[in-house]
This record gives sequence, C-alpha cells and structure tokens, in this order.
Amino acid sequence: MQYLLMIYGDEAAMGGATPDQIKTMTEAYGKFTQDIVKSGHLKGGDRLKPSNTATTIRRGSGKSMMTDGPFAETREQLAGYYLIEAKDLDEATMIAEKIPFVSGAVEVRPVDIMSRQY
Amino acid sequence: MDAAVDHTAIEAVYRNEAGRVLATLIRLVGDFELAEEGLQDAVSAALERWPKSGIPGNPRAWLVNTGRNKAVDRLRRKISLRGKLKLVGAEAAIDLQPGAPVEDDTPEEIADDRLRLIFACCHPALAMEARVALTLRVVCDLPTPAIAKVFLVGEETMAQRLVRAKAKIREAGIPYEVPPLAILGERLAGVLAVIYLVFTEGYAPSAGDAATRPELCEEAIRLGRLLDQLLPREVEVEGLLALMLLHTARLAGRSNGAGDLLLLEEQDRGLWDRARIAEGAALVERALSRPAPPGPYAVQAAIAALHAQAPSFDETDWPQIAGLYQVLVRMQPSPVVELNAAAALSMVDGPGRALELIDALAARGELAGYYPLRAARADLLRKLGRTDEARAAYAEAIALVRVDAERRLLERRLALL
Repeated sequence: MQYLLMIYGDEAAMGGATPDQIKTMTEAYGKFTQDIVKSGHLKGGDRLKPSNTATTIRRGSGKSMMTDGPFAETREQLAGYYLIEAKDLDEATMIAEKIPFVSGAVEVRPVDIMSRQY
Repeated sequence: MDAAVDHTAIEAVYRNEAGRVLATLIRLVGDFELAEEGLQDAVSAALERWPKSGIPGNPRAWLVNTGRNKAVDRLRRKISLRGKLKLVGAEAAIDLQPGAPVEDDTPEEIADDRLRLIFACCHPALAMEARVALTLRVVCDLPTPAIAKVFLVGEETMAQRLVRAKAKIREAGIPYEVPPLAILGERLAGVLAVIYLVFTEGYAPSAGDAATRPELCEEAIRLGRLLDQLLPREVEVEGLLALMLLHTARLAGRSNGAGDLLLLEEQDRGLWDRARIAEGAALVERALSRPAPPGPYAVQAAIAALHAQAPSFDETDWPQIAGLYQVLVRMQPSPVVELNAAAALSMVDGPGRALELIDALAARGELAGYYPLRAARADLLRKLGRTDEARAAYAEAIALVRVDAERRLLERRLALL
C-alpha cells in the first residue's frame, strides 16, 4: 500500500529556529530521507514553502473564488510530506515514527490509488 | 456419521467453532465484512445440508472451506455488478480460484488467526470505543443490540460505528498479524486495556440503574482466558485474568437482597465463590513466579488475592496490602491509585495519617469531581470522631455520585453517624 505522511508543525515556532537548529534539522531529515530511499520505501516527498505562499481556490454553488492563504487557518500548518510504500499501517507508522520532527504531528493517510490511463 | 442431526447439535458446533472459523476466514479473504457474510452463508448451508448428510468429520474445515467459497462467489457477483476495474484492489486481496481446501490447519495456525483478530480489533489506530465495540462484536460474538446497550446508544448508531471501524481496518491497512516482538509488549498492553474496560463497565457501570452487569464481567473473563490460552506465560495476561476472577468471586457478597451495596467489612464472606478465589490466587502465584517483573495488573491481583483469602476484615494482611499499593503507586502513578494507597495505609498507620495524605491529594485538585475521594475522607473523619466534618464530607460525596446503588450506600453511611 501507499501512504502519505503529512508533517504538520507550528510555522511561527520554526521561523524562530537558530541557524544551528536549522542545520541539525536539515541533516536529520537528509539522513531519514536517505534511509527510506535505501530501504526502498520512498516514492516521493518534499518540504513545502510556508503557508503564506499558499493560494486557495474554493468552489461552491457554481462559483469559483481564489483567496490568499491556506485552505484552513490552524495553529499547525502542513510543512512537508513523504509518499511511501509500506506493507501495512504498522510499517507505515513505524516509518513515520522515525521522521525527525521535534514538535507537531504527522498524519498517516492511506493512498487510494486510481488506475491510470496516462 | 449420524444422519439424524437436529438443529441443537448444529448450533452447538456453531457456538464452538464460529469464532475460530471467522478468524481464519478474515485471513483467507482479507476483509471483515466479506468474511462475516461468508460465515453466515456457510452456516445457512450447514443448516440445510447437515440434517440430511450428518455433521462432517471436521466441521470447522467444512465451514472454513464453504465460507471461503461463498465469499469468493459474493465477490465475483460484486465485480460483475460494479464493473471489473473498480475492484482491482479487492481482487488482489482474495484469490478468486477455489484454492486448496483447508483441511490440515494446525492448532498453532488456528491460535494465530484468533490472536490476529484480537490484535486487529484492539489496534491503537482505532478509537478506544471502537476497539471495545469491535472486540465485543467480532471476538465475543455479542449481538449489536447488546453492545449498543453498553454504550447507551441506539442499535443503528452502533451498527454504523462497527461498519466504520471495519472499514478503517480495511482501508487504512491495519495489519491482520500478531505484532512483531519489538511492539508486541505495547500492543498487548493495549489489548489488556480493552479487556479491562469491558470488565470495569460490568463491575461498576459508568451510568445507569444496575449496580453491576455480570454478563460483561463474564465476557471479559472469557476474553482473558482466551488470551491466556493463546499467549501463555505472559505475566500481565495472567495478572489481569486473576484480577477479574478475584473481583467477580466476591460479587455475590457485594450487595444484599435489596440490591444495596455493602462495605467490605459488612460482607458475608461465606457468599464468596471459593473455587474462583482459589483459581485466581493460583494464577497470581504463577504470574509472580515468572522471570519477567510483574506489571500493574499482577500487583492489583495480588492485592485482591490478599483481600479474598483473608478470613475476616480484621484479620486481613493490611501491612502487605499497603506495601503493594506503594509498589503500584511507583509503577502506575495516578491520583486514584494514591487515594487507594492512602485508604489501605489507614488500616496500618491509623486514620489520622491517611487523612493528611488524602487532604494533600485533595488540595492538588486533580480529583475535584471524584466522589470516592470525598467518601474516603468522610470515612476517616468518622473514625476520628469528627462527626460534623464527616457529615459534610458525605454530603459532598452524595452530590457527586452518579450511580444509584452507590448513592444509597453513601446515604446509609451518613445515616449511621
């Protein structure tokens, strides 16, 4: 199965990180990514730019509206994601446990793979 | 084979085998709902065929094979109804070929299937309430209306919750496996928590008129026995089973003919179930002699065994009980455990010292709405002869209590002052 691991964190807190902290975090994420490449679990993933760069298109009752900002204002924002291949939820959560996030949360969501025509 | 088979004999086979057959079918077809449907079809087929042909030599294998073939038929029909493409995933989960008949499944394989089922139903990715409901439905085979009653919700609501829980298992890929050693301990603790929750809901219902619901206690004990049989020599499994046996052994003495709860010192120990106490106490000894250190369940069971084996309230080994509570406080720190520890200590160091501890606990505020704290305080004040304060404390406890039988007990204690 495929799972999307969505990493949520407080952007404001992350913005206050020192260069040393950022270096440590970048190295930790680099190592984690290399590990799941080697183990064959990684299908894709990246860090996202901050939520103030987001644009949301909302549609309803026949109208489309574009707004500045993420789809929901929350205390923690989506900061990055990994797409992984795992045998089952236990394997997926064991991989998610190894993501070096310090605070915040990781949502583990199964991917409903559609048959592709392209 | 005996050709004259009546429905009673077939029902007896069903009662014995349904749990095992369902557990194996779920593994074979990879889906709870489909396996349940397959089992129902197999039972219908048995009711139709067995009265004529007799009960087969290996009824379990017959039910598994028939159930599996019926499930495959159902899946085929679903595929042709909805169009092939959408069910590619489901097709991958189940081999559509009839497959080799299951004849020679070893006892180990059957045990593994039942364990897989228990661990899947108690998986931490499910909400606690869903774990309890699913375990009662799928492992204990309790009907949905009975489970709805436990949770004080309508049948329809409970049915929907069960469907959602099964869907989450399927869609999120919750494994149908005994967890690997690295996480087995943690997962086993989760399973025990589910069983204990079923038990406490029977022993002291969180709401409603009944003082106890013994049928839930017995379901929890059945689950405990099953787990002990499937995963032998686990200290905490033995500990929990012993704890439940020792508590229920004393249920008959816990209330009088009018349904009023009695204090431990008022109970007629002649009403206690001696055979069950002996079984529980033997399990405690076995658990405590394992090389692995005891956990909270085994320690609580040891405390319950001391109570159950004491000839009278006064002849109870209070120093050892108080000591075990100190062990429990370190093992599982919580204000409720501290309260029980203080109550036990009052029997060793006197009510004055225990009152100091309870007042310090009350000052922390964590147990503000917890009536047993007020009741314990009231009891100690009564023993110290501080009648007016005791009266006020009982009144505070009565204002907080939610179960009728417990309220009547408090009112009786207040009236005795």
